[in-house]
Amino acid sequence: MSKYIKEEKQTRELRKVYASSLVNMMEKDDRVVALEADLMSAITTNSVQAAYKDRLVNCGVQEANMMGVAAGLSVTGMIPFVHSFGIFVTRRAYDQLFLSLGYAQLNARIIGSDAGVTAQHNGGTHMPFEDLALVNAIPNSIVLEMSDDTMFEKLLEQTKDAYGLYYFRIVRKQMRKLYHEDQDFQVGKGIVLEDGKDATIVASGIMVEEALKARELLKEDGIDAAVIDMFTIKPIDEDLLVEYANKTKLVVTAENHNVNGGLGSMVTQVVSEKAPVKMRHIGVKESFGQVGTKDYLQEVYKLRAEDIRDAVKDGLK
Amino acid sequence: MDLKKFSAQIRLETLKELKHRTFGHIGGSMSLVETMSVLYGDVMHVNPSDPSDPSRDYLVLSKGHAGPVLYATLALKGFFPVEMLKTLNDNGTDLPSHADRNKTPGIDMTTGSLGQGISAAVGIAKGLKLQGKNNRVFAIVGDGELNEGQCYEALIFASKHHLDNLVVFVDDNKLQLDGPTRDVSDVGNLDDRFKSFAFDTRRVDGHHEPTIKQAIHDALAVEGKPSVIILDTVKGKGVKEIENLTGSHHMRFSEEDNKILDQYIAILEGEINE
Repeated sequence: MSKYIKEEKQTRELRKVYASSLVNMMEKDDRVVALEADLMSAITTNSVQAAYKDRLVNCGVQEANMMGVAAGLSVTGMIPFVHSFGIFVTRRAYDQLFLSLGYAQLNARIIGSDAGVTAQHNGGTHMPFEDLALVNAIPNSIVLEMSDDTMFEKLLEQTKDAYGLYYFRIVRKQMRKLYHEDQDFQVGKGIVLEDGKDATIVASGIMVEEALKARELLKEDGIDAAVIDMFTIKPIDEDLLVEYANKTKLVVTAENHNVNGGLGSMVTQVVSEKAPVKMRHIGVKESFGQVGTKDYLQEVYKLRAEDIRDAVKDGLK
Repeated sequence: MDLKKFSAQIRLETLKELKHRTFGHIGGSMSLVETMSVLYGDVMHVNPSDPSDPSRDYLVLSKGHAGPVLYATLALKGFFPVEMLKTLNDNGTDLPSHADRNKTPGIDMTTGSLGQGISAAVGIAKGLKLQGKNNRVFAIVGDGELNEGQCYEALIFASKHHLDNLVVFVDDNKLQLDGPTRDVSDVGNLDDRFKSFAFDTRRVDGHHEPTIKQAIHDALAVEGKPSVIILDTVKGKGVKEIENLTGSHHMRFSEEDNKILDQYIAILEGEINE
């Protein structure tokens, strides 16, 4: 079990972590190149320019071409880090992502920012509720949703030399701080934050914070819920899911994403086949995005701790 | 190398390959025969015994459906046995309809969804520049392919980044799948269009090897900007009965077609053995 940070604390902005990680990686490795599509200032990679002007390539507003350029760079042995808002690096340029990178078996790190409701006032056109589903459907893709800054920083550097198509789904600014500097992260290994015997809440991204709050709410009802941070959506941690499904007999998933094709679907595939127990799913259901504050949107789409609590209680009926 | 003879060999092997499979993208393969001949017979530095030789020049066949003509060329060049051409589109083949970098030796980029290859080509050219390398990059797009908006994103990128290590070819055979390009989705005056994207632009007879060769050498001498060579071509070139025929994009050969193909195969074999 992880000794996570229990007191309420905010992370660094993940965009700043991205920019500083790029500088670190570029310093160590000439192959690292960053691609942007005119959202450099939004993700603060303009700060990379001073040191590595050549290897920060702003393609302009052309996401489809940016994916192809990433593919071409990979053909020459470079390691492209490709950023835009989550909708633009998935939905907008999906065939390019799927074919020029995925099907062509090329090497790239895709960073999709403003996960789900954290797109806030950019609204429905800019709110990714389906990016995980899209990237999950690409064979051999690695799909990761960041639940804290330390995780993001470590996984970026840790996977730099791995080969393949990686998708990092991130909140652009701050989120709840969860992990100490010495926390170990492994692709394919979920993290048990809290043990429990009555139910298991499997969450990713900002929903990990909600899951932890839900656990506290459930205590008031005498329910002991385990909380797992399943940041590694693909490959998912099958062993851990089977262990906790068998142990708690109820699995509730919580994601800041459409319930179709994201974390909940990936968890269900494992649980339904290998340890069938009752399940409930918290996530966006048959809805598009809209403008609003994060809190408001979490209320609208039922992505709050209270919603998770209710789902657990419903599952235990 | 006798480029005219190499063209005849490429045309012959492409026809045999397609006839053996009984169907395929014949029109847009035939229009590229002479360009393949010049690129692989003269211009490009490639290494059949080590297809990923780091010093090689790169070719991206953005109009990936012309795979058959590229396969014939690569086989003749020694990347794999000519006999393998018979496996075109077999179940489990390494020679699929559209070019695939993970299956066929000598192919640098997977293409087939139009408009995507040219982006990969500009990415390769940019990557080589970043690494200070002198390898050249060639990309082949179709005139029909230039319906795709992504092509123009790639052109903007190529100009902005001064990719003078990139030569784009347009196989301007004036036909796309459903009919004449000007009727389906007119791409306008290609010369003016490329000039407006700040490309060094030239138009040549796409079936005359010495002209193509000179154009490539001229394009490679240009500094500070990318080049385009617009190839005036005939879809189905070399098989009179299908030249400029709308239905030649992808054909399923009838018994009558087979007789015609056999005639051309015999003529080409005669030419080569002269």
